[in-house]
Amino acid sequence: MSANWPIITKTPQARAQAVLCDYDQVCREFSWDEARALLDYLPNGCLNICHEAVDRHVDGGNGEITALRWIGRDDEVQDFSYADLQRETAKFANVLKTNRIGEGDRVFSLLGRIPQLYITALGTLKNGSVYSPLFAAFGPDPVRARMEIGEATALVTTRQLYCRKVEKWRHELPSLKHVFLTDDENGDLPEGTVSLRTAMAAASAEFETVHTTPEDMALLHFTSGTTGRPKGAIHVHEAVVAHGITGRFALDLRAGDIYWCTADPGWVTGTSYGIISPLVNGVTMIVDEADFEVERWYRILEQQQVSVWYTAPTAVRMLMRAGSEQAKKHDLSKLRFLSSVGEPLNPKAVAWSAKIFPTPFHDNWWQTETGGIMIANFSSMDVKPGSMGKPLPGVEVGIVERQGDEIAELTKPDALGELALRPGWPSMMRGYLHEEQRYQKCFAGGWYLSGDLASRDRDGYYWFVGRADDLIKSAGHLIGPFEVESALIAHPAVAEAAVIGLPDETAGEVVKAYVTLNPGVEADDSLHKAIIATARKRLGPAVAPRQVEFRDVLPKTRSGKIMRRLLKARELGLPEGDTSTLENT
Amino acid sequence: MNKPELSELVTRALYAVAPDLEGETIDPETPFRDQFEFDSMDFLNFIIELHQASGEEIAEADYPQLASLNDCVSYLKQKNV
Repeated sequence: MSANWPIITKTPQARAQAVLCDYDQVCREFSWDEARALLDYLPNGCLNICHEAVDRHVDGGNGEITALRWIGRDDEVQDFSYADLQRETAKFANVLKTNRIGEGDRVFSLLGRIPQLYITALGTLKNGSVYSPLFAAFGPDPVRARMEIGEATALVTTRQLYCRKVEKWRHELPSLKHVFLTDDENGDLPEGTVSLRTAMAAASAEFETVHTTPEDMALLHFTSGTTGRPKGAIHVHEAVVAHGITGRFALDLRAGDIYWCTADPGWVTGTSYGIISPLVNGVTMIVDEADFEVERWYRILEQQQVSVWYTAPTAVRMLMRAGSEQAKKHDLSKLRFLSSVGEPLNPKAVAWSAKIFPTPFHDNWWQTETGGIMIANFSSMDVKPGSMGKPLPGVEVGIVERQGDEIAELTKPDALGELALRPGWPSMMRGYLHEEQRYQKCFAGGWYLSGDLASRDRDGYYWFVGRADDLIKSAGHLIGPFEVESALIAHPAVAEAAVIGLPDETAGEVVKAYVTLNPGVEADDSLHKAIIATARKRLGPAVAPRQVEFRDVLPKTRSGKIMRRLLKARELGLPEGDTSTLENT
Repeated sequence: MNKPELSELVTRALYAVAPDLEGETIDPETPFRDQFEFDSMDFLNFIIELHQASGEEIAEADYPQLASLNDCVSYLKQKNV
């Protein structure tokens, strides 16, 4: 696996300067109580993420440090100190309280990367309510499904996103009592919505953070399933124990850092490591409202003197494509640690980064369900390009094989099996909302089964091999084929649909759909376009298929289940595997 | 090509990637990504379409010059398409 790519070694000096400077020793001695001891807690063992991320720093005399530097599309800059965040989150919490939105009530955000998103997330937690982020590029279907499952009480969004994606079906979701709009320049708000700015202006900047217990629900993160609707992974306030320490261990975060996490806060990375972890660690975080653009990104790294940068393979590959010359025009010497997550970072990209930046990219691995980084390439550790690294201290990882109801651990080096974790770390999900059965299916033999196939080499480095199921990873987003197929079938001409991920140089995978048409419908170019258009309108561009192919039949099992894996194998010219249950082709 | 022809070429490339935009009003001054659901993968695919339709090699460094309809038309005009 690593044969063609030389190991990137670290100097003794670099090792000594890392937060986690002696991996083996820390692994031997670490207990989660040590991570707990780094936090402040509230009286009687209560714990609130917002207190640890914001209030604690102000109480400790660090209120004037810049917590968030926001860069607008037009390069406007707004700074928020920890004290500013404390005031703004207090006002937001008061807005919720005034509207009788209380503990456990679910507050959703559907926003781009604007300051109100961060205030919404933290203010919701301060109020003891549950925060659930939605990706702003989702179409109306994914937005609705998630808000229905999550029984949204309140939504914070913009006028444009509301009108495009929510307004039409809003009255069919009875739980949704409050919609706050962040932009209300022209005063005439859509029916049933409230101006957040007006509400905030009237709210007090004093609020006593709700004394949540460590096991109270804090975050609801949606993730795709292979079948069925998206699942709402429940995370509790105790997750902050892992958010804090993993930021130090795996991202090398320390006070004084200028940190840029480019992940969108509509997803779990953008929340755990784009809001909570950096703030708990007292750093200054950069937020860029604009989308990826090579020159803009290099400019931000240089001008903001970013020291720790956490991004995604798609972005790294796009930078690599743009060439080294563009990078060399910028002074990137302040970069101390680079990390990547979302899907495996190709060895070639790791090797490229080591030449361009003062340090290579360090890949890491985790999932919505794990709440925080579980396996990482640490700053003090040699990097094997293409490997996801080694387990975090306090995290036990195994390669296992399901044998009926039994689980066997595979201990031989390089054995291929499913990546599994021993439950018990603080940011582990506590359930899928209202889906106990699907939650229980994640566990067997005392392991949490990740659904990812991997191997471990003789040095203890883990290597990602693929998904054990049909989930698609495109540009860092985990996409459930079922959700896409459902939107395709909604087109009147489509009888059946099957969706797979095709390997793509830039995005990792792109979504491809195969559809069969209803009798009498003619397959032509305009229908092809119309089907893609429908899917994009319903799902948004990140989830909708980029390619659609017409088929007369789709391969199915005798029980009628479409064999996505077979479609993929045929598309890629791979062995077809076990086709004994195949009905026809 | 004259400006209306170039505008037509750009619009067709846009529709090829995002057929959901057909029938929508395109503000020629506003970047595509600020007025539609149009992500960075769409943008890359759009550049490929533009390259195929115009025959013009488009350097990565030029991408920021292709953000809006008017940007694209000016860019292609300058390249003598």
